[in-house]
Parts: sequence; C-alpha cells; structure tokens
Amino acid sequence: MAIAPEDIRHLAALARLGVDDAQLPALVAELNGILGHMDVLAQVPLRDEESMAPDRGAMPLRDDRPSADPLHRERDAFAPAMRDGFFLVPRLATHGAAGATADDEEHSA
Amino acid sequence: MTTGIVAHAGDMELVVGLEVHCQLATTTKIFCGCSTSFGDAPNVNTCPVCLGLPGALPVMNAQAVALATRASLALGCTVHTTSIFARKNYFYPDLPKGYQISQFDRPLATAGVIEVDPHATGTPRPIRITRVHMEEDAGKSIHDRFAGWTAIDLNRTGTPLIEIVSEPDIRTAAEAGSYLRQLKQILEYTEVSDANMEEGSLRVDVNISVRPVGSSTLGTKTEIKNLNTFSGVERAIEVEYERQCARLRAGDAIQQQTLLWDSARNSIRPARSKEGSHDYRYFPDPDLPPLVLDATTIEAQRQSLPEAPGERRSRFVTSFAITPTDAEQLTASRRLADYFEAVVTASGDARRAANWVCGTVLAAINAGHGTVDAPPVSAERVGAVIRLEAEGVVSNTAARQLFALLLQEDADPKTLAEREGLLKVSDDAALVAWIDAVFAERPAEAQRFLAGETKLQGVLVGLVMKKSQGAADPRRLNQLLAARLG
Amino acid sequence: MSATTQAGLADALLDEGVARIVEAVQRDATMAMAVVSAAHARIATREADAPGLNAVVATDWPHTQRATTDRIAEQQHHGTGALDGALAGVPVLIKDNIATLGLPTTCASRILSGYVSPFEATAVRRLVEAGAVVLGKTNMDEFAMGSSTEHSAFGPTRNPHDRSRVPGGSSGGSAAAVAAGVTPVALGSETGGSVRQPAAFCGVVGVKPTYGRVSRYGLVAYASSLDHIGVFGRSVNDAARVLEVIAGADSRDATAAAQPVPAFQHAVTGSLAGVVIGKPVEYFPDNLDPQIRARCEAALSQLAALGAEIREVSLPHTALAIPVYYIVAPAEASSNLARFDGVRFGQRQPGAGLREMYEATRSTGFGAEVQRRILLGTYVLSAGYYDAYYRRAQAVRQRITEDFATVFASGVHLLFTPTTPTTAFPIGAVTDPYEMYLSDIFTVTANLAGIPAMSLPIGRVDGLPVGGQLLAAHFDEATMLRVAAELEAALGAEAHQ
Ligand SMILES: [Mg+2]
Ligand SMILES: [Zn+2]
Repeated sequence: MAIAPEDIRHLAALARLGVDDAQLPALVAELNGILGHMDVLAQVPLRDEESMAPDRGAMPLRDDRPSADPLHRERDAFAPAMRDGFFLVPRLATHGAAGATADDEEHSA
Repeated sequence: MTTGIVAHAGDMELVVGLEVHCQLATTTKIFCGCSTSFGDAPNVNTCPVCLGLPGALPVMNAQAVALATRASLALGCTVHTTSIFARKNYFYPDLPKGYQISQFDRPLATAGVIEVDPHATGTPRPIRITRVHMEEDAGKSIHDRFAGWTAIDLNRTGTPLIEIVSEPDIRTAAEAGSYLRQLKQILEYTEVSDANMEEGSLRVDVNISVRPVGSSTLGTKTEIKNLNTFSGVERAIEVEYERQCARLRAGDAIQQQTLLWDSARNSIRPARSKEGSHDYRYFPDPDLPPLVLDATTIEAQRQSLPEAPGERRSRFVTSFAITPTDAEQLTASRRLADYFEAVVTASGDARRAANWVCGTVLAAINAGHGTVDAPPVSAERVGAVIRLEAEGVVSNTAARQLFALLLQEDADPKTLAEREGLLKVSDDAALVAWIDAVFAERPAEAQRFLAGETKLQGVLVGLVMKKSQGAADPRRLNQLLAARLG
Repeated sequence: MSATTQAGLADALLDEGVARIVEAVQRDATMAMAVVSAAHARIATREADAPGLNAVVATDWPHTQRATTDRIAEQQHHGTGALDGALAGVPVLIKDNIATLGLPTTCASRILSGYVSPFEATAVRRLVEAGAVVLGKTNMDEFAMGSSTEHSAFGPTRNPHDRSRVPGGSSGGSAAAVAAGVTPVALGSETGGSVRQPAAFCGVVGVKPTYGRVSRYGLVAYASSLDHIGVFGRSVNDAARVLEVIAGADSRDATAAAQPVPAFQHAVTGSLAGVVIGKPVEYFPDNLDPQIRARCEAALSQLAALGAEIREVSLPHTALAIPVYYIVAPAEASSNLARFDGVRFGQRQPGAGLREMYEATRSTGFGAEVQRRILLGTYVLSAGYYDAYYRRAQAVRQRITEDFATVFASGVHLLFTPTTPTTAFPIGAVTDPYEMYLSDIFTVTANLAGIPAMSLPIGRVDGLPVGGQLLAAHFDEATMLRVAAELEAALGAEAHQ
C-alpha cells in the first residue's frame, strides 16, 4: 500500500495543508518509510470480536445546569478577526453578494 | 395536491428515505455548560469547549442522553446499553474543532417504526426507522452581513441533536408528510423538542430515487436539503420525482448529488459542492468513553413515557364516545389533549367538552387568544361553564357570552353570570310581568291565544324570550302560558 | 534576617527541594518571594553560559511578583503570616502546551505565537491553589511531537549536562530547567515518553501517572488517548508531592478517573521485602548498549539488596509498540490539530478565499514534523485504510495492554527497565524520523496501556545521565513511587555518577 504523490495531494487537501510540489518527493519517501515499519502489524492475527479501543469504563454525565468555564479574556483578544461580535472568515467562494442560504459543502450537522 | 403520484407516473416508483435532525430541549449544550437559548448577541453563549479552544474537553449532558433515550423509545427503537461517540472530521468555519462529535457505527438506538396512512384508508404502512443517534449542532455562517466576509456565530454550536434516519420505505410525497407530522407530534408529546421547522429545531434532508415498478434494486439517489416546511418537503419530492423520471425517460442517468430546495420558486437547484472531497475519517472520540446505560434506566424511561398520540386518539373515541375527527383535532398537541381531558373532568360531560374545545375554545385561539399549548381560559372555568349550561342555569347563548367574558377576566363563571344577568329567569313574578307586557303590546295575538288558538303559544314564547333578552327560562314560561288557557 | 541573608538562604533552598521550601515559607511567608526571586534569577544565570539552555520560553516577572505579593498579603491578613498549602511558595515551571492564565500557551508553534489562553488547566489551578507560584513556560517539541526539543519555534533546548546535546523531548524544557536547578519541580506532558525520556537524558525524576489520574483539561491535545500530564522533580518525593496535588477526578475531563488519591510521598525504610519486581526480557535485548545494561543491572542489584525479589518476565507484544504508536498518535493528532484553522484564535495567514486562508495558515503555522504526522494520521484514518491501520493498531494495542495485565496478575508488583536505549544524543544527530521515533521504544508501551511509569537517575555513562524505568499496574502509583524512593535512597550519590 505505497503512497503516491497524488495521495499526498489528496491527504493535504483533506487536512487543509498547502503542500508544494517541490515537497512531494521527500514526503512520499518519508511516509512510505514510516509505513513500511507498520506492515508488521498485519502479521498479528485478529480475534473475531476485537475491541476498538482500550477499555475506558463508562462516560460520566454532568447535570444540565449552567456551568461554562468563564473566559478570562475577551474573545476579540484572541480572535484573528472579529466584527460586531462575529468571527470573520473570507467569504466562502460559492457565496455571491446575494448571500445564499446553504453551504458549499454538505453540512447540516 | 400530494396525492397519487405513483399512479400519475405510472411505470416509475418513488423511493424516499428521510434524515431528520432535531434539537433536544435542554438548558445547556451537549458537551459544555453554555446556555442553548436562542436569539442572543453573537458568540455570547460560548466557552472554551464550544469554541474548540486548545485544551478544552467535552463532558456529556445527562439530560441530553435522557431526552434522546425518550425519543428513541417513543419511536419504538431498541436503545442500546452501550453506544460510542465518534469524530466526523471536516473543515468548516462554523465547526470549531474541525470535527463534529456524532455517533457512527454504534448509535444510541436502532430499529423503530412510524406507521403512515395519509389517506385514512385504515391500513397504515410501516416506515422503518434505521437509527437514532446523538450529535452536536454546528454554528451559523452568515454570508450577507459584511461585504467580502462570512460572519460566524457559534451560539448554536454544541446544541444537542438527535438524528433520526428512516429506511427508504416512503413511496409517496404524502407518506413523507405524514411521517414527518407524526414524528413532530411524537417529539412534542415526549417533550424532547420544540420540533419547530421554522426555527430550525427540526431539520429535514430527503434522500430520493426512482425505479421501475416491481424492481427491488435501488436507483441512484439524490439528496435534497434546505427544506423549511413539511409542505415544502412534499413539493420538493414531487418536483425531484418528476425530474428523475424525465431524465430516465430521456435515457439520461441520474447523478448522485446534493440539491437545494428553493421554496420561493418551487424548484430545486444543485448545491455547488466539491465532489469527491468527502472522507470524514470517522474514529471513536478518545475524549469520551462509551455511553453506558443500564437496562433499568432505559426501562424506567419507557415507563415514564406519556401515552402515544395514536393510542390517545383511539382512547378518546372509545371511552369518550367522540368523533374520530374531534379526537384527531384534540390530540394534535399533547397540551391540548391534556387540556381537553381536564375539561372532561371539570365538566363531567365528555361530548359537551369536545364540542366546546373543538368549537369555542379553538375559535378563540384562532382569533388570537392564547395558544394551543396555553389556552386562554382554564379547563376548570370551561368545565364550570359547561355544567351551568348542562344544568340549565344559563342558556346556550348565555354560556357563549360567559366564555367571551372569561376571555377578558378570570372569574367564577356562576358569579360572573349573576353579575352580568346571564342566568335564566324562572322567577314567576318576573315572567308574569314580561307576559303581561307582551299581551299589552300584542292584544290581537293575545286574544286569539286565550280563545284557544294554542299554536300561537310558540310565537308568544319567542316574544317573551326576546323581551327578556334570552334570560327567561322557556320551560317555566310555557307552563305559565298554558295556565292562562285555564 | 537581612535581605542578603534571606536571598542566599532562598537560593540554597531551591537545591534542597520542595519539603524544605514549604517548611521555610510556612515559618515566614516573606520567604516565598525570596525563593521565587531566586528561581527567577536562575533562569537568567542558566542562559548566561553560552550557548544558553533555552529551557524557559516565557515569563512575566512583574505579574509573578504581584501574584506572590498578593498571596503573601492575603495570607497575612488571614492569620499568622504563614503561607498555607502543600506547595506554599514553591516556584514551578509549566510546559508550553498546558493552559495558563497570563502567560502564553503556544505549544512552541508558530501557529499559536503569542496566544494567551483565556482559561486555565485543572492541573495548573490545583498547583496555584496549593500555593505554588507559576514562574514561566518551558520549551518543547512543537505540539509535543518529538523526542529531542529540537523542533520548536523557540529553537532547541540544550542539555545542562552537555550543551551540545539534546535534553530529550518533547518536555525537554521542563527537564532541563529542573536538572539545571531553576525550579525543584515542573510540569511536563507525555504521549509516548515525553516526560520519562527527557528525565532520563537530564538526570532527573520524571513521573507519568495512570491515564486518567490527572485531568487533561487544559492540556493541548496531541493524541488524546495517549496524552498525560506528568511531573519532573529533582527527587522522587518532590515529584510525588506535586502528583498528590494535581491528581484526582475532574468534572471537566470525561476521561479523568474517580479513583481516590492515596499518599504518594514515602518515608524511606530501607526495605523492599515482599516486593516482586519483574525484569521484562524484551527491554533487555542483546543489542542493548552494554553500559546502559550495566547501570540497570546495578540498580536491580540494589533492589534485590533491599529485599525485593527480581523475576524475569516476558511482554511478547513489545516490539509492536512503536508501529502501533505511530498509527494511533498521528491519527488522533490529525483530528486534534484541525481546530488550528485561523478562525477563532491563534495566527492567521491571509488567503484569497477560505480554503486558501486555511492552507496558508496551517502550512506556514505548523512545522515539518507536525505536518508529516498530520498527513500520516489523515492517511491511516482515510477511507479504505482505516481497517488495515487504525483498527488493527487499536487491536494490537489491546494485546500490549493485556501483556502488562497478565504479568501484574501473576504476582509481579512492578517492572524495571532502562528508560531509553541511549543517552542524550548530539543536537542535529538524528535526522531520520523513524530513528527518532525509536528513542521512545521503552516508553511508549506505558502510554499505550495507560499504566503508570516513571524514570529516575541510576548513574551515568560517559558523564551523561542514565534513567531506570519503573512501571506499575493501573492506579498503583503508590507502590511505584515507594520503590523509586527506596532505590533513590539506596543508590545515593551513585545515581549521579
Ligand atoms: Mg448528522
Ligand atoms: Zn460552551
């Protein structure tokens, strides 16, 4: 399962990392080098009902009471861009001046 | 308008599955103690957790679990003693952590059902519910507020949701409407949610495909989003069904895509999504151990569920002997049904209670007095008015007048009726005075009556009633008139 | 006493440890300011020798002075002029990935340059409530991804024993500062050995408690199922005292354990009679550096001399730990680091559109190793590879956990191993990522299994410290710290020779 340069481009797009073409050969070599050491895991026979994660007990629940950890600094003291209480990001490419109602990617929670 | 589209298209069968997101009615968010209140200034209801600040961690709200469990049980699902929260990874500016905490391969509940019978054929069809899972809501992106910028408000981020996914069992737009209306009713009945589509506490996505009648394989589906009303869902299904049929008839393939409903134009348009970029990389959230519910807790929740709307409907018909139409109307909301039952108790007369609530009370609500959830006159007062009417203390007309007065002031109906002169007058002296006055005004009729023309008695009763402005007790009046015949 | 006398006394107290500082401060609250001032002065003196240590990356001395003065005034107002608290007047340093109020929390990353957290980690709050004074933040590998503290936006930290060498990592700043005597104790964090490995390289005590023993609230996540807050100390009991303060259930961390916290400090008795210590064969491979092996054998002999029974045991899945770790940790990291998107906090690089803004922010904000791990983690979670990598790694992780459970169920109380396969290596010497990963080969297993583990100095090789590692069953820090305290006392000066 060797990683190819186009895989790196796809992974970088998923992870929102801008990867230059010049970086690709080195990344391909490094990631394949690392993954090569992982193949040993394939030799371990899995049981029928192999658990997904370590046994971590049961989730504790909290009461439905206001208990937010207060912010000791104003939001605009740590936000890169804020106006009128909103965080600002560059307008999504697919949204023109009319202000469409839906998102450019599937997103209804 | 939503009827018979299978027949209409003839050879092509509609296949629809629905995904419904429903906000749970908690005080605080699912993973932090921030308020879920609606309409506050942007980003004021946020904290390190729901802002996704470095180092913050989620802790589950017990009430969110309780409400999700109630909803699942009311939908007939099996609630699992162990379920797992996973991360759904994707970037979006109103998704603070870069992932949504949701449930994936181990949901809270599976295998429920809602029965639909949109045309009251008496043989409802089951629509299977695949699963109910819990997740957190995202925030809001506002694209038209600042030129060149999208504004992000994270107050809604972390509002607890359940997602209810149906099997692709729906075959007509009307069935989809019926499924949704019943779902909404169940969510309201169990007090799990406000279930208000306009305010976004209930959101519907439609998965839709078509196939030749008789085929058992599924066609390529499209997904419709941006639906704001149940009738919009029905219209969108019809429009998309026609579109898919037309394409197939023309020999074109259906493309798997996301579509947006435009309610103003009654049309759909493709969402401009970047195809092929979705790979959510689900994995169990390491910040949250499994949600473990013991069977006793689940059973206690089941016991505490209110009577289901359908069961209550049938009970009203059988034990109160009211019409199915009235029962349907009275069970539309749990609060109204509770109100009706309280009126029955207070009045001791179920049929009169049904007439009053379906007639006078709902008319007042429609005219802007109170709401279905909070009717304008208490059940005790309406019950007392019904008793006064049934016992003949006030006339039919006077009872309606009494109700109108109760809309203005909360007072004991009997006292109010006395004060306003709405009681029936059965006092002989007052009745004799009215009779004498009428006889004086209409000597001709009086003469003929006294001479034995008894069919005039009705006319004279009417004249006396009119003079008494409806207050005269007609029974005693008739006795007194008959007595004058000697 | 004169100001000069008090300053001299305070400076000496820094080398005498936490108990002596607390004693002195409880007698005379003004001593707190003297001790904190002495520690602050030491930051500068440790930088004075070229090249500097570069262990402490942020301080706010006026703020620290004010906080200390206020606390003394408050205490004097309430009572006798003595400062209360198990850590009264103890200066502490905090790794730069643990949220503090007033001081930046940047994870040594450009993407968080200048970021001051608006909330505080539970562990830090508990330290402050116990009277400790937060003096500054310490250097680390960016986002705790590394084993050398070379991959930092602040530049590398140097090993106080040989400034041409790394202090280990990722908590190299805290380890080097404690080794250099700046503060007697410091907080670090570990995901695969980032407290124990630098503790070994710097010749100090480093303790990683059971997963869930200390709340992670406020610890910037690298790999949530492996992340722990840990403690550095110049002695076992100093570290144990800090652990007693920060341990315990926390309503803000769903993975924090409800287990009661016993006493961790231990009065040395000179006997380990009845204690069974396992020596896992997989941690003493044939190719183990003979000098490190010799130091370990000497420590085992001391343990035997104290009356402990040494028993050879096997943990058969040990060799799989590094591959498992380098699937699970990057997978979780790829998700945990998605929140660094330039939207709500931290640095943003402008871009024409949203996607361009994301990509510019993240590719310039994260260093090369962080980006490498994000790509690797994205890969192992992506469609078609999840089962082959992530699911399988979690299954093998379960086997590693079972290995330990089996050994501890067989009557073995504790395991003893070398902490690292080598001593501190020269800065710039390890360039291959996988070779760097192998320096955690003896430590990652405890993170994968969630069991408590620690490193303590057991001697030197060519002037460089060697660490011995103790591993215990879940929530049995008490036995681990007791045996460590006995071994420390038995080794005495030999531990640093
Ligand atoms: Mg969803
Ligand atoms: Zn919040």
